[in-house]
Amino acid sequence: MPLLDLLPLAASESNLLAAREQMAFTLAFHIVLSCIGVALPATMMVANYVGLKKGDEHALELAKRWSKAMAVTFAVGAVTGTVLSFEFGLLWPEFMDRFGAAFGVAFAIEGIFFFVEAIFLAVYIYGWKRLAPWAHFWSGVPMVITGIGGAFSVVAANAWMNQPQGFTLNAAGEVVDVEPLKVLFNPATGYEVAHMVLAAYMVVGFLVASIYAVGMLKGRRDRLHRLGLVIPLTIACIATPVQLFVGDTAAREIAADQPAKFAAMECIYETGPDQTEYFGGICTEDGVKGAIGIPGLDSFLVGWSTDTKVIGLNSIPDDEEPPAHTLLHLSFDAMVGIGSALLGLALWFALAWWKRRDIPQTPWFLRAVSVSGGAAIVALWCGWIVTEVGRQPWIVNGYMRTSEAVTEAEGIWFTFGLVLLLYAGLGTGAVLVLRGMSRRWREKGAEEVQSPYAPQAEEAS
Amino acid sequence: MSKADAAAAILWVGATFYALFGGADFGGGFWDLVAGWDERGQRPRDVIQRSLTPVWEANHVWLIFVLVVLWTAFPSAFSAIFTTLYVPIALAALGIVLRGAGFAFRKSIVGLRERRAMGATFAISSVLTPFFMGTVVGAIAAGNVPAEGNGDAFSSWLQPLPLLIGAMFVASGAYLAAVFLVGDARRGDHEMESYFERRALGAAVVAGALAIAGLFALHSEARYVFDRLTAEGLPLVVLSLLCGAALLIVLVRGGRRPLRPLAAGAVIAVVWGWGVAQFPYLLPTSLRIDQAAAPDATMTTVFIVFAVAAVVVLPSLGLLYTLAQKDLLESDH
Repeated sequence: MPLLDLLPLAASESNLLAAREQMAFTLAFHIVLSCIGVALPATMMVANYVGLKKGDEHALELAKRWSKAMAVTFAVGAVTGTVLSFEFGLLWPEFMDRFGAAFGVAFAIEGIFFFVEAIFLAVYIYGWKRLAPWAHFWSGVPMVITGIGGAFSVVAANAWMNQPQGFTLNAAGEVVDVEPLKVLFNPATGYEVAHMVLAAYMVVGFLVASIYAVGMLKGRRDRLHRLGLVIPLTIACIATPVQLFVGDTAAREIAADQPAKFAAMECIYETGPDQTEYFGGICTEDGVKGAIGIPGLDSFLVGWSTDTKVIGLNSIPDDEEPPAHTLLHLSFDAMVGIGSALLGLALWFALAWWKRRDIPQTPWFLRAVSVSGGAAIVALWCGWIVTEVGRQPWIVNGYMRTSEAVTEAEGIWFTFGLVLLLYAGLGTGAVLVLRGMSRRWREKGAEEVQSPYAPQAEEAS
Repeated sequence: MSKADAAAAILWVGATFYALFGGADFGGGFWDLVAGWDERGQRPRDVIQRSLTPVWEANHVWLIFVLVVLWTAFPSAFSAIFTTLYVPIALAALGIVLRGAGFAFRKSIVGLRERRAMGATFAISSVLTPFFMGTVVGAIAAGNVPAEGNGDAFSSWLQPLPLLIGAMFVASGAYLAAVFLVGDARRGDHEMESYFERRALGAAVVAGALAIAGLFALHSEARYVFDRLTAEGLPLVVLSLLCGAALLIVLVRGGRRPLRPLAAGAVIAVVWGWGVAQFPYLLPTSLRIDQAAAPDATMTTVFIVFAVAAVVVLPSLGLLYTLAQKDLLESDH
């Protein structure tokens, strides 16, 4: 059903739909790799630090393995990120033409962070054998900063599309003056950046932990697996409660600043107080079908009182209304639902650790952790669907419609098809390569765990 | 120098770095492609892989840098280029994906068949990608990109000059790579050293021949650029020729130094010769640099970003190259 809402009204809009689908698909693919680039370095550095400080070979081995895995994901992320830069011009040339001067700045800054990350990642990944252990550790630290800096720049650009400011247009609609700081620090930057960085830490934390949880369920209950589960899971479990707080703040900000998006994602049709909060269901013009509704809760969440007036879709001009209400509503609910479930998992883990300094002893805990990584990714995608589809029909909220931005070039359905094939190969290849690495590590077993910094140790002795 | 001209210079600095280092990485793929079947090709492939592994991603970022500066500082030129040349640009993007993935995957798998398939993907796309990038540059130089964009999707680049420039991109990448690889092989491997010396020689001759053919094509298809290249740009053309000739002499006499600076000098002179020849146009002869320029504040930000890049990125890159050259970065594991 949600996909039907996306179908174009006229054949002339076919190109626009193809371009939007291709952009959405390539972004969804890339965002997972971006998360790894943003948050895996910190996870690695924690393991590396523990390893060096306590002489813990298992922790060092984990850091080493994660860095080898990141060599693969970073390469795939670098090329899929490049595809996105090309798509700005290939799919949305009018957008770049009119607004590149305003929001391009954010990407220029991102370029520097990406540069530094690529450089130090190479030093870190390939420096295991021949750099001194602590020098090697410090060569990885810049990645933690550049990951967050890069996320800031890119998400600031997206936040600007939601809350554009910091530019002056002339009568012809051309950008004639720019205030770069206002572009970068627009009203949506704060919550979007925090939300995304925390999401990256959650995705990586739960994803890495889930890999080791699967291993433990298969009976590999050695120390390496326990550490491989506990380190990333701890990071994710610290990020999760903060994320729910940030997300809650973001929703209130969106209610105030982007009422059309908020109305669509909450299925609010009539402006007014006492709005019902709907969980699930299908949004129709005659109201929400099949949902669990709590009267007044939506108004309460927006303004701490059931009297809070919330703008409904009837107050939004028809041609400025976001499409696919049900998709938006269900995506939002799925994101919040998964986030809450992950919070439950975090509390379970925290409680067990506090009581017994150990993970919960039931296999159900490992089962929960093993699906948490996938769930976190689904939540991430749902959040971006709300952000991006919820901004439609605008590409620059209130200033430029997505239909005005799209290329006149034909054949986007064709390139989209090619991209689907190409990325299917890319994704399959990456997964196979990573699984192969993991299998080889398992087969080599203990002797490789001995000494990641072996050559130094040999030279020293 | 106006702010717009300075921003164009920054664009050219980025393009120069990309031509040198990104170009050499593509050239490495070219030599991988022609290295021969499994056993015969194994040693040169090892040298190439060792040399590329720690640096190719960092080198690739120069392309992102060029794109970002182009769309931020000269958004209308970016849009005009992408709405006209979307076919070769999309093919280059496809090549970038296959090159990067093929290289990264080949390194991390063990099966021979899979390694062959990934290696072929990496190597073939290392040739196609610079070729299509070259056709884009050639089409711009030929004046086939109208300022308002949406030029003809095929006749804009399926012309002798763009195709020649595409071939020249491949050849000059191969030339740079062979010269760089002579140095990388030198650390102890005399056989590989002379292997890449011979190839550097061959590539230099081919690149030179293509450059001369390119001049004729410029004369007939890009008269504005030809006229300026042979006047204002002449010193750079001469410099490029001198570097190329000196390198040939050094190679033939089996000399040791300074191979890399000479090869780099030849390529740098060509990139800047192209810039001088186009000046003051971004898209000859329909869009001048000042017409395409973003507002002042945007340009100032681009300068700040460039300054930060010079202070932060260049020393980091220097560190990476130094560590790699000192064999402190181990690519086998």
